[in-house]
Amino acid sequence: MNAFFGSIVGGLRHIGKLTIDGIWRLGFITRFLFALLMASGQSVRRIHLTFRELYFSGVLSLLIITVSGLFVGLVLGLQGYDILQRYGSADAVGVMVALSLLRELGPVIAALLFASRAGSAITAEIGLMKTTEQLKAMDMMAVNPIARVVAPRFWGGVLSMPLLAALFSAMGVFGGWFITVAVIGVDDGAFWSQMQAAVEFRYDVVNGVIKSFVFGAVVSLIAVFEGYDCEPTAEGVSRAITRTVVTSALAILALDFVLTSFMFRGQ
Amino acid sequence: MMSRTALDLWVGIFVAIGFAALVFLAMKVGNFSGLDGRETYRIEAPFDNIGGLKVRAPVKSAGVLVGRVQSIRFDTETYRAVVQMEIDKRFEFPADTSASILTSGLLGEQYIGLEAGADIEPLREGDRVLITQSAVVLEKLIGQFLFDKAAEPAAQ
Repeated sequence: MNAFFGSIVGGLRHIGKLTIDGIWRLGFITRFLFALLMASGQSVRRIHLTFRELYFSGVLSLLIITVSGLFVGLVLGLQGYDILQRYGSADAVGVMVALSLLRELGPVIAALLFASRAGSAITAEIGLMKTTEQLKAMDMMAVNPIARVVAPRFWGGVLSMPLLAALFSAMGVFGGWFITVAVIGVDDGAFWSQMQAAVEFRYDVVNGVIKSFVFGAVVSLIAVFEGYDCEPTAEGVSRAITRTVVTSALAILALDFVLTSFMFRGQ
Repeated sequence: MMSRTALDLWVGIFVAIGFAALVFLAMKVGNFSGLDGRETYRIEAPFDNIGGLKVRAPVKSAGVLVGRVQSIRFDTETYRAVVQMEIDKRFEFPADTSASILTSGLLGEQYIGLEAGADIEPLREGDRVLITQSAVVLEKLIGQFLFDKAAEPAAQ
């Protein structure tokens, strides 16, 4: 009997510890974000530091984003054509490809790829700097590691994400056009004119860009935070990288639902 | 470590490609050249029944897009729906223009069709279209058809 109660108390204590840890981490990440924003002046003054990170998170992600966008567009074109031609409206395939890419797939898949391509690299880099005590050394030399290391990486990610998402969507539309118009033989004029009639700049394109901006900020924040917060051991760095990818993916998908429910309610 | 000029070049290429993609999405995929950002004027039209008309539905004249529905409200004094439309400033319509709610295709979306009248005075900001024709409600149409069919043998 005593052992039974003991296990219940132990279970409750475990739940309590998880809750407190979660809240503590949330508070820590908020304070971290404030410290990061306060230290961001240097990212503008020494803009070259930010450019360097724009190269690592943006330019080096170009290939994977372009190729993935193309293939997603090809698949959307095939599937869309297969379903729409049953209802005799194969011309509307352009609308389907463009809207699904601009509103959802572009920002979401680009952000997922960005988290696994650039986010993990940022966490690994900062985590390794912490493990080898480079961050501490900077502190000793009166260089604020958040201003010098963390903020440029954060802003590099925030800036490159909308551009990558736009590129993803554009490549996807091209892929959809290629498979349906050039290969299957849907009418070229109908493909573009129906798409242009259905897609609205303010409603669809701008909302997609806002989404990718939010995802960029969240993924970059998680990546720099996990790197900064990691346990300074080899195992700790590897765990932090895993957490970056997993937390980013969950955050992207959950935030996407929240943003979609505010943006697109089919009035 | 890559030299600073090479790095700047690559970042420049990246930003240029990203913005080119955005411009492509805005111009070619979305129709940025639509009414967005154009100057417009607002007119109102009361309808007995708007059917499935929605906010942001197109307003067309002779099949050409001239504006969009801005808001739909219910007038409790006349018990009619009042539809407010934004019309592109480039298009002027006579004051006795008539508005009707039409459907594109058999089951397509509903839009407002404007038919120009003959008045010399144009419609201005805040004016009201007086001659309107409501949406055709399919159930009413079928009901009327059945009613007429049932009445036919009795008349003979």
